[in-house]
Amino acid sequence: MNRRFLASVGALPIAVAVVSLVRVPLLGQTPAAGARAASAKAYTPPRTPDGQPDLQGFWTNSTYTPLERPKDVTKEFYTPAEAAEAEKKAAAREGELTTPGTVADVHYDFSQFGLDRSQATLARNLRTSLITNPENGRLPPLSAEGQKRAAERAELAKRVGRWDSAESNQLDDRCLIMAGAGPPMLNTAYNANYQIVQAPGQVMILTEMIHDVRIIPLDARPQPHRNVRQWMGVSTGRWEGNTLVVETTNFNGKNPLEGSSENMRVTERFTRVAADTIHYTFTVDDPSTWTRAWTAEMPMRSSEGPLFEHACHEGNYGLYNTLVGARLEEKKAAEAAARGEKK
Amino acid sequence: MIRVPSLPRTRFVTLTRVLMWAAAGLWLATAVAAQAPAYRAPRTPDGKPNLNGIWQAMNTANWDVEAHPAGPSLIRELGAIAAVPGGLGVVEGGEIPYRPEALAKRNQNRAKRLTLDPEIKCYLPGVPRAMYMPSPFQIVQSQKHIMIAHEYAGAVRTIYMEKHTEAPADSWMGWSNGHWEGETLVVDTKGFNDLSWFDRAGNFHSEDLHVVERITARSPETLNYEATIEDPKVFTRPWKISMPLYRHVEPNARLMEFRCVEFVEDLIYGHLRKQQPAK
Repeated sequence: MNRRFLASVGALPIAVAVVSLVRVPLLGQTPAAGARAASAKAYTPPRTPDGQPDLQGFWTNSTYTPLERPKDVTKEFYTPAEAAEAEKKAAAREGELTTPGTVADVHYDFSQFGLDRSQATLARNLRTSLITNPENGRLPPLSAEGQKRAAERAELAKRVGRWDSAESNQLDDRCLIMAGAGPPMLNTAYNANYQIVQAPGQVMILTEMIHDVRIIPLDARPQPHRNVRQWMGVSTGRWEGNTLVVETTNFNGKNPLEGSSENMRVTERFTRVAADTIHYTFTVDDPSTWTRAWTAEMPMRSSEGPLFEHACHEGNYGLYNTLVGARLEEKKAAEAAARGEKK
Repeated sequence: MIRVPSLPRTRFVTLTRVLMWAAAGLWLATAVAAQAPAYRAPRTPDGKPNLNGIWQAMNTANWDVEAHPAGPSLIRELGAIAAVPGGLGVVEGGEIPYRPEALAKRNQNRAKRLTLDPEIKCYLPGVPRAMYMPSPFQIVQSQKHIMIAHEYAGAVRTIYMEKHTEAPADSWMGWSNGHWEGETLVVDTKGFNDLSWFDRAGNFHSEDLHVVERITARSPETLNYEATIEDPKVFTRPWKISMPLYRHVEPNARLMEFRCVEFVEDLIYGHLRKQQPAK
């Protein structure tokens, strides 16, 4: 059994626990993002009964656009033709990784279960990276403290293997939290689905992956004491015109945003710019990790819904079986070594 | 046409009036009884009873929905900390009407509750158990969807107030369709799996579970919660639980994160940890 097999089995719990609502994309559906942006200013969002701009409904941020700009790309936007080409390549790469027969030991086929991005509603855009600032579309350099922690993580990875224990595995394989929940709300490879519900004074965002709920109060209350530390931090929100601004602090340093610290402050902005689109931007300010704040943006596209119950932990046979497999491998290796010694 | 020839008209009218008043009186009495509690909740901007808020049960139902005495902890080392508090029970009539073979299974569950209770493994709580876990839940009430988000394990339910559909797949928290009956939010939930329990005492159900909940404000800071539980595979008849729910009135109240998966990893996977070579 090799590492690829373990990795593919590790991804299984997420898959078996999930049913995905997908829409088959129409050929030539790539929207003209530029035209959308131009018409955005004219759009007035509907209001909830209590007068908030209405963000409610089912949304997806599923995308092939990477967080960081690929190293061989120098421009900020693709042409529609280039974007379609980049998407095709990314989908092919994804398909190759998950199609039975293409790699000898693939056990999990995204496309077969209707979960991959090429089959779902995509929140397309022409950007070459989600990061808009720094202008090179890449994460800023690590601060001294950030470098120190990165070195410590690398050192730990040498001593502790991914399959040594449940705790040494990845957050998503442990069904703890996924990047889609954030904040910031990043993109997951499948089921990048959200539901927003608004009540007077509250905005609720449900992330389908691991049913993570964030309820954001709008009453300008102070943040809790610094000893309160959470995976998703503590969020408060306010309306600035038609834009919902959400500030989050009190992280525990284990948020899925790779390498971020407990000192991170995330500022998110949600603006409904069309009936079927929320413009989502976020700024990450974390001097303990990066030398400067950075900003990214992406569209959230309306989807049919509903969201399904993603009972990831309850169906996590993958993590269990992966650990069983790793221990068996060790036992076999030890037995082989013992036989070798006897010779 | 039927005639009433022998009865003088005046006496006939008097009798009719007496009967009408009696009927009206009876109707009024019945209507008043059915309306209790008479409290009228504040309204949301769209005119519905406003149930928004953070709520929590204050009883021992999560230990045992049936009437029960206090008892010792299952974990010797935890002493009085995890001892079971006694409770008057939330089940109408005190006991669940189990079929005989189901009662035997409940008793088996109870004997092995330290390993079998889904709460031990941080599994989703199901319905109605989620509503009386010893931690709060929040109602986020909109027109199309009413969300019930629970602190425990981040469990969540969407109640569909429009476009009622059948459950698309079985799940832990079920598929909830809701509607308003005057002051009361009525939630009809089906589509469960057979994996959740009602409490830590082994009370259980099958995948045929059907729960109808009635949630009504009874004062600014309390709700009446009722659930009728039907599952012909397990129970001889439908049965009912009821309890008040209390509002968290702290101005800064909010659901805290209780991501308990992390807390049970060593319990579930600890025996599969790589053995460190002896030094």
